[in-house]
Amino acid sequence: MKINLFIPCIVDQFAPKVAISTYKILKKLGCNVDYPFEQTCCGQPAFNTGYHYEARICAERFLKIFANSDYIVSPSGSCVAMVKNFYQELELNPEAKSIYNDLKIKIFELSDFLVNVLKVEDLNANFKAKVTYHDSCHLLRELNILNEPRKLIGSIKGIELIDLNESDRCCGFGGTFSVKFPELSTIITEDKVRNIELSGADYVVANDVSCLLNIQGILKNKNSRIKTLHLAELLAMGIENA
Amino acid sequence: MPNSNTKHFKALIREKLSDKKLRNIVKKATSHSISKRIETINNYIPEWEQLRDRANFIRSKTMQNWEFYFEQLLKKFRENGIEFFYANNSSDACSIVKTLLFSFGVKKVVKSKSMVTEEIGLNEYLERNGFEVTETDLGEYIIQLANEKPSHITAPALHKSRQEIGELFSEKFNIDYTDAPEKLTEFARLILRQKFLNADAGISGANFLVAETGTIIIVENEGNARLSITLPKLHIVITSIEKIVPTLSDALMLLKLLPVSSTGQKITSYVSFIKKPLQSIGSENSQKIVVIILDNGRSKLLKNDKSRSILYCIKCGACMNNCPIYQSVGGHAYGSVYPGPIGSILTPWINTLNESKDLAYGSTLCGACSQVCPVKIDIHNQLLGIRKLSIENKYSPLIERVIFKLWLLSMKNFKLFTLLSKFLNFLSPLFQESGLKIPFWSKYKYFPAPAEISFHSWWQKEVKIKERINNV
Repeated sequence: MKINLFIPCIVDQFAPKVAISTYKILKKLGCNVDYPFEQTCCGQPAFNTGYHYEARICAERFLKIFANSDYIVSPSGSCVAMVKNFYQELELNPEAKSIYNDLKIKIFELSDFLVNVLKVEDLNANFKAKVTYHDSCHLLRELNILNEPRKLIGSIKGIELIDLNESDRCCGFGGTFSVKFPELSTIITEDKVRNIELSGADYVVANDVSCLLNIQGILKNKNSRIKTLHLAELLAMGIENA
Repeated sequence: MPNSNTKHFKALIREKLSDKKLRNIVKKATSHSISKRIETINNYIPEWEQLRDRANFIRSKTMQNWEFYFEQLLKKFRENGIEFFYANNSSDACSIVKTLLFSFGVKKVVKSKSMVTEEIGLNEYLERNGFEVTETDLGEYIIQLANEKPSHITAPALHKSRQEIGELFSEKFNIDYTDAPEKLTEFARLILRQKFLNADAGISGANFLVAETGTIIIVENEGNARLSITLPKLHIVITSIEKIVPTLSDALMLLKLLPVSSTGQKITSYVSFIKKPLQSIGSENSQKIVVIILDNGRSKLLKNDKSRSILYCIKCGACMNNCPIYQSVGGHAYGSVYPGPIGSILTPWINTLNESKDLAYGSTLCGACSQVCPVKIDIHNQLLGIRKLSIENKYSPLIERVIFKLWLLSMKNFKLFTLLSKFLNFLSPLFQESGLKIPFWSKYKYFPAPAEISFHSWWQKEVKIKERINNV
């Protein structure tokens, strides 16, 4: 069984540690991990803004690169949802369409893959901190992943997982929305940050770099002591500590 | 189009965002509805998700076979002695009402809550034509006194605090200020009772029109609709084409979902089932009921497989309550008659796409709306659909189209992608302190510097080289 890593472009450029952590976790669990090297973007920014032609070209390219994967694993709920759920909205060429039909059941978000495919809920990790968990919208509502990340976080020794008020409310990112409506986006992010601060946690954990960058955007401006952390980073650090 | 000002969406949003008091009122009111809804579902309706599936099935079947049910409904209306008009657009609907009112010698009209009459701008139209029109739903009455528009489809005065309402009543009626809801309600009740008794005609909307029986169903909490439609001799129902349901049992099924989704109530205080005009015993002068069904662009949706689901809406308002955008700016920011997620997908069909496309971009696509929709409209997909149409029609700014062309170029050409990536990595040290400056974003939020080494580069160095060494 070979796992092909799908690393979203934003992770590749702005948070490679998340990708490295994902790789290390899977290696630690004895997986055979590969990284289809020519991958770029799944097309989500174009698709979400309405540019279906541009999104389709990206999608067809993506599908060609990942064809014949046993499994595709990605540390992003949003980009997995794009491939798994939204590629069907694009008018893909017949070849891409048949690859899509094959791959849509083989692509997994990291926590989903760990808990539901590898049946791993405890990574013997160790990390002493108070954390709270934000449900990323696409992860929760497109992929229905609610408990998997919480199980994984809860299994870490030394960790205190605090419930986040309105944890399933959007962080206000929304891709190009945050640039088209920056004030509105900011107000929603500030609501999220207020809830995070109220939780008393040291770290806010989520499974999407885009949400975390967005939340960090306000935390950093406020000089908050609270840090953002991707689930993969948290798990990888916990494994190293063990 | 009357009553629509969606062109100024962005400006309105900025204006509303600066109103902190408004934001608090809207957040508090919508949060209350959200928790009541969840509480009722958790405590009383374990079969909620199955009900939603069933409702979705009923709505989709009805809209796919709309003409069949419509014919059935008309036949029943005729049998039951209910007069009927089909209005293609707002101005047709308004003039039908005017003609009716004139022919019955009506001067004073009472209205119960109806969003379709907001859509056609009926109140302004009738007042211009010399009729006295009184809204009798308390929220609508407040809005009418304040000369405003509803900011929510089921709670029209949601944006107003009770202090503001107290001040409004004190100013309009010259009474001592009070913000006690029961006192204000009592006062409004006294005035409205007289209006009911003196009215020559009552205008209402409808929640459901049952094809099988010709029954008009009206859902309400205040009893004002029941008074509006029984006291005057003329009852005009103004509603839209998607309100048709095949059978009474389908309507009752949907009724299980509507109040819960709206306010968390298991059922509203009043549900009226109107089948025939009231007959006064021994009098020639019995009641007359006229139903006006508004199209206003909706029949285009009936024929559209991708977007027909927009018509499934039963106007509960759950999507707006649960929308982080609506919660932040309230309904008036949208400038459309129907605010919130459902408004953003319906308005481009009843208005022009070019004018109202921005509404669909004013969403994070978080999907909270679709998750709570009782009839399972794929609202976030419909938002994406409007965006797609807008791009196909080239309604987006040229600069944006150019950016996406360039973006595609760098995403499909791996050499170019690598070059740009390396360039970003090279610039990384410059932005370590300040963060990357992104237009519009960076005015409000920090954005981190690009990584010094991308994952691509890391992989090449760490994994590929090691593999090669191991293989040697």
